[in-house]
Amino acid sequence: MPDTLTAPASLATTAPTPSADLPQWFAERAATAWTTFESLPTPGIKDEHWRYSNAKRLDPAAFHRATPAPESAEAEAVASSIGLSDTAARFIFVNDQLVQSDTHALPEGVICETLTDALIKHPDVVQQHLMQREAALGSAKFAALHLAHVQAGIVVIVPKNVVVENPIEVFHWVATENAAIFPHTLIVAGDNAAVTVVDHYRTLGDIPAFSCAVADFVAQPGGRITYAHCQELGNAATALHVSSTSAHRDAQIKSFQVQLGAAFSRSESISDLLGQGSRSDMISISLPTASQVVDQRTLQHHAAPHTGSDLLYKNALYDTSRTIFAGLITVDEGAHFTDAYQTCRNLINSEEAEANSMPGLEINADQVKCSHGSTSSPVSDEELFYLKARGINDHDSRKLIVQGFLEDTLSRLDHEPLRHLIEQRIESKLASIA
Amino acid sequence: MVTALDNDITDIKADNIGDFTFPERNKFDAGFGVSPRTVDYISDVKNDPDWIREFRHKALDIFNSKPMPTHWATKDLENIHFEEFRYYLSDGQKPKRSWDEVPEDVKRTFERLGIPEQERKFLAGVEAQYDSEAAYSNVKKVLEDQGVIFVNSTEGLHKYPEIFRPWFGKVIPTSDNKFSALNSAVFSGGSFIYVPKGVKVSHPLQAYFRINSEQFGQFERTLIIADEGSEIMYMEGCTAPKFETSTLHSAVVELVAMKGAKIQYVTVQNWSSNVFNLVTKRGIAHEDAEVRWIDCNIGSRLTMKYPGVIMKGKRARGEVISIALANSGQHQDTGAKMIHLADDTTSNVVSKSISIGEGRSTYRGQVHIPKHLKGCKNNTECDALLINSSSRTDTYPAISVKGNKHATQHEASVSQVSEDQIFYLMQRGLTEAEAMSLSVNGFINDLVKEFPMEYSVELKRLIDLEMEGSVG
Repeated sequence: MPDTLTAPASLATTAPTPSADLPQWFAERAATAWTTFESLPTPGIKDEHWRYSNAKRLDPAAFHRATPAPESAEAEAVASSIGLSDTAARFIFVNDQLVQSDTHALPEGVICETLTDALIKHPDVVQQHLMQREAALGSAKFAALHLAHVQAGIVVIVPKNVVVENPIEVFHWVATENAAIFPHTLIVAGDNAAVTVVDHYRTLGDIPAFSCAVADFVAQPGGRITYAHCQELGNAATALHVSSTSAHRDAQIKSFQVQLGAAFSRSESISDLLGQGSRSDMISISLPTASQVVDQRTLQHHAAPHTGSDLLYKNALYDTSRTIFAGLITVDEGAHFTDAYQTCRNLINSEEAEANSMPGLEINADQVKCSHGSTSSPVSDEELFYLKARGINDHDSRKLIVQGFLEDTLSRLDHEPLRHLIEQRIESKLASIA
Repeated sequence: MVTALDNDITDIKADNIGDFTFPERNKFDAGFGVSPRTVDYISDVKNDPDWIREFRHKALDIFNSKPMPTHWATKDLENIHFEEFRYYLSDGQKPKRSWDEVPEDVKRTFERLGIPEQERKFLAGVEAQYDSEAAYSNVKKVLEDQGVIFVNSTEGLHKYPEIFRPWFGKVIPTSDNKFSALNSAVFSGGSFIYVPKGVKVSHPLQAYFRINSEQFGQFERTLIIADEGSEIMYMEGCTAPKFETSTLHSAVVELVAMKGAKIQYVTVQNWSSNVFNLVTKRGIAHEDAEVRWIDCNIGSRLTMKYPGVIMKGKRARGEVISIALANSGQHQDTGAKMIHLADDTTSNVVSKSISIGEGRSTYRGQVHIPKHLKGCKNNTECDALLINSSSRTDTYPAISVKGNKHATQHEASVSQVSEDQIFYLMQRGLTEAEAMSLSVNGFINDLVKEFPMEYSVELKRLIDLEMEGSVG
């Protein structure tokens, strides 16, 4: 284990050094990405994709590339990785190093490997799908940083007609102060295949750390992907999650995000509906407290006729926390008979909290049903009175109302154990709120 | 010629409403492009006081230093070539006080545009602007007796500096945006209205703006001050004929509603499809005051207009009611800004847009509720109707709420006229075009009612004309 006395080099000046075992094309892409990262300026305040936010919160100079953690930390992380009881596969990464994996329950033919293994064993599939979609919602610079350094995370390739019943669960831990990790998730569901993947992002203790994650989802005709990510980094950490989904004919992609941790958490989610009959559901729950900032940008892109998308983002804000939601539905020319919905609701529980919403629509087609809505309001006095009149104290009443507020997001998750897990995580955060 | 004009008035189409010009006979012409010399020329002709001359020069510097807002707005703005416009044209005659004294050709223009002489009796006063200067103005004697001032902005700043100066450029600072800076540098014309305490003006005041000359930029400046407890409704109409080259209209309108005052500002704009219409409009509402913008945008190549209300006093109210219709080659980029700066302020935005052919309509909104306020409410609704498969619509609202004592809601929808509805109407003997027209009028019907009667009639007719040829 390297134990340097001098401070580790800052991310902003650490050029990538991909292992020699990895394919040549990957080393080249990493090198190009590094050049892109260095050449792109940090987005300024005038950048529409950063309105109400601040890209300086993702300053790479404040972090260094994570190096392997001490064994004791690894053991602690493994012991704390409590998630679903029945999984098809399970991976635990600490500081971008795989420390435990279990893939014995996977159905035959399913490829589920770490990114590094997949790069060596299935380079063609990875090359075809790895970060093919431009990070168009403001974080091109940071996505390039991810590609330059990525090693950890998993690749899941489900062959035609195979249904993976139990979820694949992955834990990503940061165990060292000021360390940055670059977790990747790449899921390809073949024709009529189905799979569920859950990513957990956590830190050991409230250390400053940076999780710079990117996820790619490709659902071939009739394929189904359910993806959940639970961001529970410590309160001093910084999180970035850039995801893109491509849904081909009749494919269905459901993505869930649960934002509970980090001082600053940004997510950028793009859904490309490329084939007729495809559908994308984008659901999010945030519970920011103290001075946490949750900054979410989304794009629902309808490129084919008869496609559907439904976005529901719910934020319950406390203390001096802030949320920013910027969503856009674009309907391309010719993408007729599109059904697209976008809703962002903010429940503001403190005088100092701030909710910003920018729900947008760009429609270039005909016979389209599109709507968006955004609301911000406090807990209603009447609801509170009703509960209190039945002998429930103020604290519990408010908690019940918040849980009720979040209910219709959770009910969209049709996987019972996963839903139960997310409810538990929310419950534990709510319990910490005075 | 006159009779020919009169005869075809019944079968004119929307496309050529206002599409006629008369020979220019301008005594003063500031030439092409805008420079300190242009500004001095305008100041000399208008005999500006020194503070205005200084104000103009400072504004020109700001205009030159500001970039085009293309990081969020349409790239079409890059097609504006400021050096190709003329910034001041005038025939040098004083505004006429009686209709008979107005030159015959100007009168014919206005008559064709439908400001009939008969309406003078009904409407409290008419201020008609032809290129840069007001051609005709008349305020009913009754109003003058009540102390209502309704003059053009030049007369306002000369004759009533004690009322004019404290508010001029205060609601919309010169540096607000590139086009408000340009307007501040070269403004001429527009109205100045002052309504004294407690005076309720029972009839609407009306102004008409028209561009007659090619490659001309019109920069009127309107300032309306409604003193405590007063009420006023102001209506403006705008047209321009079709020219080969583009034309620029960049107005600044500032409204000040003092404690308990009410201002309603109604616009029906039907610029021809080569006008860049880039307008800054904002009102301040003090305690218990109300500012309402009622806005209808038909025509122009690109309209960018986001009327705003700054609710500065407790219980102030702001409202924007907006109808936009974008036909092929047009982009209606409209919206609203609601800035809540006091407790218990409420705002309401209702926007309906119709895109026909390859037209594009955009809603851009901002709602801002800062910290430490309570009881602020906002309601925003935007509905878009797409007529053809190549029509386009966008919505970009931004809502920022701080604190837990407020309620905001925003909703938007996009839809088409349903086939069922068209079928139902056609089955009852209407043609497809009539059915479509009726459906579109139904879509905006609840907003049309907000317009004064004579405007709502004109509006329905304009929409019928725009709908022609859009189906089948």
